[in-house]
Amino acid sequence: MTKVTLEVNGKKVSKEVPDHTLLSVFLRDNLNLTGTHVGCDTSQCGACVVHVNGKSIKSCSTLAADVEGSKVTTIEGLAKDGKLHPMQAAFKKTHGLQCGYCTPGMVMSAVDLLQTKKNPSDQEIREWLEGNICRCTGYQNIVAAVKEAATKM
Amino acid sequence: MASLVGSRVERKEDTRFLQGKGRYTADINIANQTYAVFVRSPHARAKIKSVDTSKALKSSGVVGVLTGKEIAEDKIGGLIAGWAIRSEDGSEMKVPANPPLAKDIANFVGEPIAVVFAETLDEAKEGAEKVKVDYKVLKAVVDPAEAMKSDAIHEGVDKNLCYDWLLGDRKAVDEAFAKADKIIKVDLINNRLVPNAMEPRACVVDYNIASEEITLYTTSQNPHLSRLVMSAFGGVAPENKLRVVAPDVGGGFGSKINVYNEEIVCSWASKKIERPIKWVAERTESFLTDTHGRDHVTHAELAVTNDGKFLGFKNETIANLGAYARVFGTVTPTYLFGPCATGVYVIPAAYSNVKAVYTNTAPVDAYRGAGRPEATYTIERLVEKAAMELGMDKTEIRMKNFPTQFPFKQTLVHTVDSGDYVAGLEKAKQMADYAGFEARRKKSEANGKLRGIGVSSYFEACGIAPSAAVMSLGCGVGLWESAEVRFNPTGQISVFTGAHSHGQSHDTTFAQIAADELGVPMENIDVVHGDTDKGTFGMGTYGSRSLTVGGIAIVNACKKIVAKGKRVAAKMLEVNEDEIEFKDGEFVALKSNKKKTIGEVAFACYLPGQRDEMKSPIPEGDEPGLIESSFFDPANFSFPAGSHICEVEIDPDTGNVKVEKYTAVDDFGRIVNPMIVEGQVHGGIAQGIGQALHENTQYDETGQLMTASYMDYTMPRADNFPEFNLGFTCTHATSNPLGVKGCGEAGAIASPPTVMNAVIDALGGQEISMPATAEKVWKACKSMKKSNAKAA
Repeated sequence: MTKVTLEVNGKKVSKEVPDHTLLSVFLRDNLNLTGTHVGCDTSQCGACVVHVNGKSIKSCSTLAADVEGSKVTTIEGLAKDGKLHPMQAAFKKTHGLQCGYCTPGMVMSAVDLLQTKKNPSDQEIREWLEGNICRCTGYQNIVAAVKEAATKM
Repeated sequence: MASLVGSRVERKEDTRFLQGKGRYTADINIANQTYAVFVRSPHARAKIKSVDTSKALKSSGVVGVLTGKEIAEDKIGGLIAGWAIRSEDGSEMKVPANPPLAKDIANFVGEPIAVVFAETLDEAKEGAEKVKVDYKVLKAVVDPAEAMKSDAIHEGVDKNLCYDWLLGDRKAVDEAFAKADKIIKVDLINNRLVPNAMEPRACVVDYNIASEEITLYTTSQNPHLSRLVMSAFGGVAPENKLRVVAPDVGGGFGSKINVYNEEIVCSWASKKIERPIKWVAERTESFLTDTHGRDHVTHAELAVTNDGKFLGFKNETIANLGAYARVFGTVTPTYLFGPCATGVYVIPAAYSNVKAVYTNTAPVDAYRGAGRPEATYTIERLVEKAAMELGMDKTEIRMKNFPTQFPFKQTLVHTVDSGDYVAGLEKAKQMADYAGFEARRKKSEANGKLRGIGVSSYFEACGIAPSAAVMSLGCGVGLWESAEVRFNPTGQISVFTGAHSHGQSHDTTFAQIAADELGVPMENIDVVHGDTDKGTFGMGTYGSRSLTVGGIAIVNACKKIVAKGKRVAAKMLEVNEDEIEFKDGEFVALKSNKKKTIGEVAFACYLPGQRDEMKSPIPEGDEPGLIESSFFDPANFSFPAGSHICEVEIDPDTGNVKVEKYTAVDDFGRIVNPMIVEGQVHGGIAQGIGQALHENTQYDETGQLMTASYMDYTMPRADNFPEFNLGFTCTHATSNPLGVKGCGEAGAIASPPTVMNAVIDALGGQEISMPATAEKVWKACKSMKKSNAKAA
């Protein structure tokens, strides 16, 4: 067992967990933050993307103990004061989601893209999202959402 | 009041999904729950000599281990085939038993043999590793054509043949072919696909010792149907003691229609071990055990005249059913396939012959489009090849054979109520700048690239319903849909539907419809689905049926609310019922112009008493309350149609195929929410391009699945697609009062032949099979160079 202490969505949390606990499991099972999804177990689909110290990572292939002391932001921590983050609002406006399963990871990944590059081209958006699989939308409205958010962020 | 139907209304469900507040099955935890891990066959075909659970039972944290022996002793039934198909000779199809836990023989890799329940997931996994199964490995039957020459997998299923089905008239086809100038032939493989909803299957079961009720939370497209099957065939519990909840479900695409082994086993076991149980599939378990799609081998021929008129069509198809026949497994390659195989054309004579065979692979069932993508691929490859061989323009040959009169009595089964195929193709040509293609081809050639253009015109039969029709074709249930509209005293409205949304946006579109009918803001309306304890009953969502069947049930229930409201308002306003008009949420007495809002009328419906001057608002013969329900069973399927055009560019040095342009023009009748419909089309096209260029399910000769994770199975990514260019034409469906047609599957039906026709066009007519991967295309480019060199 290992004691893992993190700051998750602005709140300090500390839990005693088995050494091999993945960050996705820690968030979902120990903190009940079930917005972070697991879709593939092999670090391909990106449904599990969260931010660790501001950068997007795949929480299904990260040990919770490895990010000890970090600041973690999940999809639940993105909206502030009851107001959707511009990326969330853009996904809603452009119909960038259907079943919603890949959405948390997609949104977290897209936020990191705009932090890295302010006004990405369509091709740059599509290449950045290479690590996030969506089976519903054909990606078109997701690309539209990122472009829409780029005008607001 | 402006109509909401037809508006790009933002989705109600997005607020929860975008903030991580969606509640999917794996998000549900129940106090004191155990975790289930299944022991699965590592062999494609093996006799189970013995199962030793003794070590597993002693393993730390293990609460129980159950096997096929116990489930058989408890007489729990197995999985079922939902449609009875007859062979050409009149004999009934052959369907083997499919027990939830295999007891004597395992028939595909991943088939569950036993299940271990433990306090933690890790302990359950450890326990499962300690279950010792002694197998006698048998030679697996993997290839469907070989299957008909192999030993029977199932006792009593000679040559592994489920049925040898025929639709149409062989003699008429022979006569038509005898008159033809030319016979166009194709040999096609419709590649096996894994639906791959992003949410893996899962179930959480809670058995209530006091009420003896089982609650099953599960990833289902049709919870009421699941309850019916589990109760009637599984014998897990009576229907009134079984509650099935399909909460937020992360995509289905057909793979979540079936009741699966794990749901039956966990529901049965929860009662047995008197503990809640949670099971969540890993992605590889989904690959191994979710129902797969497609997997046809087809030879097809089209008889034509020299001026491009179609005279006759025939196909001989072998469909791989996998190891067992499941709910839509037997109908997908027959009545969902054959009737659409003549496409959007007037073809005087046709037949479709399908042999469905069992193999030692995962069961094959409905996947987005189910049968209709296979049909469209067959006819649209033939038509494109006919144009090439006759030296005709590929759009001209299509136009020449389109029906121009509707209703159109299609060759094999359907009477298509409405459509305008010429308008669709004309519009697609214009949007795609079809006329400018040759210039673009030359430009690509100048850059050392090969450019091709492909066309596909399709129609499909969806809105899977008419009970009279589907039951006559072999369906075991009627496929109506139900709705209940509950107008609460304080004005909020609950709309219960038997349809299920796993991405289709029912919270929004159904609220739009009900809001228009009742003249209330859609914020006042909650759409409730996915819980057998809440809705009346329902057949669920598949076959692009939610709106055309379920949506209409909502409309009809709303109309009953308004009809009763009129009677009540008439009494309240002291006029005759025929003097009341209902408009924009108000009942107006035409002469006096006195009004009651629908909210006031609803409130009054719950206050039927009288005191002093106050009289009861309830007319004689009416009951209090304002709740109405409807079961809608349409007279016909709905028939969306359209034309898609694709342009690809091939790099002959790498074989890489780039989709440069994709234009889709579809006719879905009246559109409730254009934004949502466009999203459905985008997703469908992407899945179809996935089939054409990327996705393939590969078993080796021993029946091991070689593509069992996203490391090996190519899921299409964002950078595989261009921006799709969508257009619409509109002819109203006549089989429902909204004039709507299904839109969920069209993209996946039309796009594989569109893309493949473009690839083959770029390759100068050289045939290539799906998926047209870089390796295959590179080889085709090499052989093209060789033959060009020879010609020079």
